[in-house]
Amino acid sequence: MHLIHRPDEADSAVTPRAVYESRRKLLQAAALAPLASLLPAHAAPAKLAGVRSTVPGALVMEQPTPYADVTSYNNFYEFGTDKSEPAQYAGTLRTSPWQVSVEGEIGKPGVYDLDALLKLAPIEERIYRLRCVEGWSMVIPWEGWSLANLIKKVEPNSRAKFVEFTTLADPKQMPGVRANVLDWPYVEGLRIDEAMHPLTLLTFGLYGEVLPKQNGAPVRVVVPWKYGFKSAKSIVKIRFVEKQPVSSWTKAAQQEYGFYSNVNPNVDHPRWSQATERRIGEGGSFGGLFAKRRPTLMFNGYEAQVGQLYAGMDLKKNY
Amino acid sequence: MPAASRNLWLHPAAKPLLFVLCALPLAWLVVGVFTQTLGANPAEHLIRSLGDWTLRGLWLTLAITPLRSVFKQPALLRFRRMLGVWSFAYASIHLLAYALFDKGLDFDEILRDIGKRPFILMGFTAWLLMLPLAATSFNRAIKALGAKRWQALHKLVYAISVIALLHFIWMRAGKHNFAEPTVYGVILAGLLGWRVLKRWRGSA
Repeated sequence: MHLIHRPDEADSAVTPRAVYESRRKLLQAAALAPLASLLPAHAAPAKLAGVRSTVPGALVMEQPTPYADVTSYNNFYEFGTDKSEPAQYAGTLRTSPWQVSVEGEIGKPGVYDLDALLKLAPIEERIYRLRCVEGWSMVIPWEGWSLANLIKKVEPNSRAKFVEFTTLADPKQMPGVRANVLDWPYVEGLRIDEAMHPLTLLTFGLYGEVLPKQNGAPVRVVVPWKYGFKSAKSIVKIRFVEKQPVSSWTKAAQQEYGFYSNVNPNVDHPRWSQATERRIGEGGSFGGLFAKRRPTLMFNGYEAQVGQLYAGMDLKKNY
Repeated sequence: MPAASRNLWLHPAAKPLLFVLCALPLAWLVVGVFTQTLGANPAEHLIRSLGDWTLRGLWLTLAITPLRSVFKQPALLRFRRMLGVWSFAYASIHLLAYALFDKGLDFDEILRDIGKRPFILMGFTAWLLMLPLAATSFNRAIKALGAKRWQALHKLVYAISVIALLHFIWMRAGKHNFAEPTVYGVILAGLLGWRVLKRWRGSA
């Protein structure tokens, strides 16, 4: 019953999850709770609460997607290609001990224990839109701090033009890695100025608790103005490089997944129109089956904050 | 017990039972809609499941002839039409679900989508080609056309199955997820290959 009954919420200074969720969704969660408790990935999440962020654009004023949807509908191919599989199979992921190697073109390379990362900067709560390249979206309250905090600390040199993120790829813990769907490990990258942008979040939790394993535990990046796949999960390596990294999806299908992958309603993906999106968990009866799709916003609604990063760039060419 | 099994196919309850079996996946989805157990994205779940069942129905329809021959069960023929018509029903509800839940019945938008996305074009073409087969699935139509012409027309099902498979492969190609299309492809290759082989042997 941990999905609903959280006695510690009353003492919490930050917005408790219960406030986010409508009563109807809570009742639904209650109905599913016995089932959810069978899943190892859901076992007793520890609390991780951040202070409300003051970064411009960090708190979207939209109804957050119900916790049950955020944690049961995931693209995390390391645990299977079906969106229900990460929640089913991520239980085998060992998130402790966990280390992240920070290396490359920096003055202070090093290996960080998760605990050290957690203490590196104050944890903030950010409520971001998440737009998947497949045409659906969510609103998720994340817990973490701006990646810029780490970047400044490790002193990048003048050759550090890009940041490359590598996800864990252990077939023993991640059944999906045994399949040849992608060239493992999963690699993603950002331009250094994108990585330095205050909205780029090194993320340790959601909904006031540590990241559920299916959501990329124990540490991931969240880049809210890009399609979801740019936000690498379960990160073990952050590398500063001079050349633009080749991300896993670009490697798999170059014509379909560009390096930038900024959310852009005017540039369609060959397989999915990007003009509109289905907001998961929204729209009343029958689980939102009849809800109208929403228009997709330029840079996922973060144009005011990030638009200047791409001034003068042809966004059709640099998709 | 070959005699008993042959009798089983001819049992008066066999066809009604098959009808109910064919309706079950659809009924299950409808129950899922009302109990809200189709997951976080019920529209996607509905559209994809209906597509899956269309393919399964088509493959089963195509399996009847080889099964009759290999297992010497000619009576299986009486189920083929029902399987074919149910496949068309699933394809139609699949298309309707896409039009309604993905496109909000905006027909301009649907037409643009067919023109823009090759895998949608494939799926739509497969459905269009099913129309004449569904329209001539009645006894009177068979009589009016004559057995020869009717059979020639219904050979379209081979093209339909290949186009439907392409639709599925193309859809999954977006996420490099070929495990299931491969299974469907191997089975279809077997079903069509068996026919080619038989023909080749027959004419040799």
